[in-house]
Amino acid sequence: MTTQPIHFYQVGSFAVGNRLLDDDGRTVQSDPNRTNSLDSGHRACQGCGEALGARYAIDAAMRASQGRLVAVNATGCLEVFSTPYPETSWRIPWLHSLFGNAPAVATGVAAALKVKGKSDVRVVAQAGDGGTVDIGFGCLSGMFERNDDVLFICYDNEAYMNTGVQRSGATPPAARTATTEAIGSEAGNAFGQGKDLPRIAMAHDIPYVATATVADLHDLEDKVERAMQVHGARYLHILVPCPLGWGSASSDTIRVARLAKETGLFPVFEAVDGKVTGVSPIRHRTPVEEYLSIQGRYAHLFGEHPRTDIIARIQAMADRNITTYGLLAEEPADIDPKGVDV
Amino acid sequence: MERPFAITLDVGSSHANRTGSWRVERPVYVDRLPPCNDACPAGEDIQGWLYQSEPGDYEAAWRQLVEDNPFPAVMGRICYHPCETSCNRVQLDEAVGINAVERFLGDHAIERGWSLPAAGPDSGKRVLVVGAGPAGLSATYHLKRLGHSVSLVDSAPKLGGMMRYGIPAYRLPRAVLDAEIARIVALGVDVVLDHTVDDIRRERDEGGFDAVFLAVGAQLGRRVDIPAGDSSRILDAVSLLHRVADDDPPMLGRRVVVYGGGDTALDAARTARRLGATDAVIVYRRNRDRMPAHGEELEEALDEGITMRWLTTVNSFEDDRLVLEKMRLDDEGFPQPTGEFEDLGADSLILALGQDTDLSLIDEAPNVVVDDGVVEVLPTMMTGESGIFAGGDAVPSPRTATVAIGHGKRAARSIDGYISGEEPDQPGRHELASFDRLNTWYFSDAPRTKRPELERARRQSTFDEVVEGLTEENALFEARRCLSCGNCFECDNCFGVCPDNAVIKLGPSERYKFDYDFCKGCGICATECPCGAIDMIPERI
Repeated sequence: MTTQPIHFYQVGSFAVGNRLLDDDGRTVQSDPNRTNSLDSGHRACQGCGEALGARYAIDAAMRASQGRLVAVNATGCLEVFSTPYPETSWRIPWLHSLFGNAPAVATGVAAALKVKGKSDVRVVAQAGDGGTVDIGFGCLSGMFERNDDVLFICYDNEAYMNTGVQRSGATPPAARTATTEAIGSEAGNAFGQGKDLPRIAMAHDIPYVATATVADLHDLEDKVERAMQVHGARYLHILVPCPLGWGSASSDTIRVARLAKETGLFPVFEAVDGKVTGVSPIRHRTPVEEYLSIQGRYAHLFGEHPRTDIIARIQAMADRNITTYGLLAEEPADIDPKGVDV
Repeated sequence: MERPFAITLDVGSSHANRTGSWRVERPVYVDRLPPCNDACPAGEDIQGWLYQSEPGDYEAAWRQLVEDNPFPAVMGRICYHPCETSCNRVQLDEAVGINAVERFLGDHAIERGWSLPAAGPDSGKRVLVVGAGPAGLSATYHLKRLGHSVSLVDSAPKLGGMMRYGIPAYRLPRAVLDAEIARIVALGVDVVLDHTVDDIRRERDEGGFDAVFLAVGAQLGRRVDIPAGDSSRILDAVSLLHRVADDDPPMLGRRVVVYGGGDTALDAARTARRLGATDAVIVYRRNRDRMPAHGEELEEALDEGITMRWLTTVNSFEDDRLVLEKMRLDDEGFPQPTGEFEDLGADSLILALGQDTDLSLIDEAPNVVVDDGVVEVLPTMMTGESGIFAGGDAVPSPRTATVAIGHGKRAARSIDGYISGEEPDQPGRHELASFDRLNTWYFSDAPRTKRPELERARRQSTFDEVVEGLTEENALFEARRCLSCGNCFECDNCFGVCPDNAVIKLGPSERYKFDYDFCKGCGICATECPCGAIDMIPERI
């Protein structure tokens, strides 16, 4: 660090807003006139990561499309808690599909808009991880393959939360769910199974694939913005902690998501045309224990007889991600700030 | 209305669903006391004026600063900044350079010629302030703002007290001091110089004053009996610094020994070096850990080639030879003689062994109690005699200019209460904003900006200022390193991270409020608040 730009300000770009920046430099969420696509009164649990992630993403998509947006929503938590008939929290044109066919319905909406000549109206489809990686996977793969003009957003909370926390193809190894109980020598979900959907999406060579978390709003909004700038099939995978299913404190939702990224367990990156073009580097590298130990779904790894062997395997997964995606910044700014003159 | 197939109800908004009823804890915005403000002897709202500086509104910042302390440029040079010692940022990287920003604001104000807030509407009351050092000038300023007439008396030919006659010019250039004093005098102060008050009661009664503030300082250098020959040159540090300030420096010779371990000893040694001494040696009977001087000044002195003789006392001084005795610390840390002696050639010996107060002016005021050489005062700064207040070095306290300035402010408020017969407002103190309440993730990594120092060779021989100020860019950077501990700085985090849109943004400098109709009490806002300005409190159910 030899010079420091004069616009340096306390929280840099980490916090939601910044009273010193021009409006352009601020997040959509800091705008008092943001859409609030998902409005108050919804029935999501306290501290719901999915409700937060959905508002972040759809508000950003609304700004990017100047408010010309249709959303298709698969069955799942997000649909159930937002729209118990006849009430809804959505303040945008919104369509509920079956659990498994949201990508196909979105394809249809996009096709219909095209036929009607409404090229300025954009289409977003959204689902939880169950609706994306398991039940809706065939439709989604087809949508990718045809390169339909839809942005598909998966809110990944790593299990079927709506129906009582059952395992999905996105549930991580060792996690306790109602169908992977914490009993036996290999307690919790098995290692070596499940699906890494961002990489599967990249394998379809679609124009844009990215991951994000609710812990980094600037990054999430940038990615929505970029996804909305291109046409064709795009995929955004957002990690949204679930206090209920993960057994974490409702106040820790963002903290848990941040640790998922800082440990390397959830790599945050973007890919254009099937190739990774950028990663969010780890800022404070953290051992996986710190992430695991604040979640009840991993409680069986700690306690009286800690399962250091399993924790080590999870750490190895994180380390592999760090190597695969190059998640360590070349010169982390915060390793030794002492003695650096500006 | 014709409804589509299978639809029997109209669409309604979820706004009807008041999820606030789920809550068992509610978030509330709080203001906590930042540790810097807590530590400031002058009672400055440091976090407040750093906040004003951050957007570059230096005038607002300076105005906020002089609410409490009319000497920003002086403070930015000579304050020992306990604010930085207690700064929470120490635990992240390094303390915010508060003192450097204060100096920048002070210098900026002098350059721009900003004036202090005007005197208050005339109360018709008159106050006598004896002593025009930091305590007396601070009291004068605050009394003027409260509308009282002030008569400021000092025995010296110029205003400033120890800021002028005790602190060398290389630490505090006189132009800076003069400028900040002139601003106070410009409020309309009746200044009487070269006048020694020898009976405080008579002076008060003859002048018809409603109250008196004694800020006579501690001007008498303490002496010890050192066997010395007739030709040996011994003088005390206070006189040395005073004469240098008067432009009448004494001849010290090339080898100067200073006896003592406080800030004054360092000032004397560094001054001797500038007067031409090739060897400036400080003899101190304890070790470095027990030295009362502040570390920064010691570093600067060592840098300038001052040498230290730890665990040593002066035994006698004959012609040009000092006899020193080695000491050792006993179990309780007190120095004890060892009986081992050594010689040291010296042209002069300067005693910097502490200072005493000349309190002869209260001989005829028996209610004013003197204990251990200083005046006893109540927390209001009132002495045993009603209407006579005291502060600064003349009362029991750490003897620094900043403490004295704080005394002056407190005394002025008490005097105002005494004169008007009303109890002065005692604003309650907020709870401390501790480091563990912060969410430091959100603060950018940013080590502090160092103040450039004059090159060593240049500073040894001149009285030019040693430590230079910050540029505007650096000052802004430094101000923005503030973590705003315990006080909302409108980062929009709570507004953004609420999954229920239950935070209402009220607009610039209006902060936020919670919408308790919908807040479910998850607590994310409190966890993610960078500065710890949100508490979760149990809901009454």
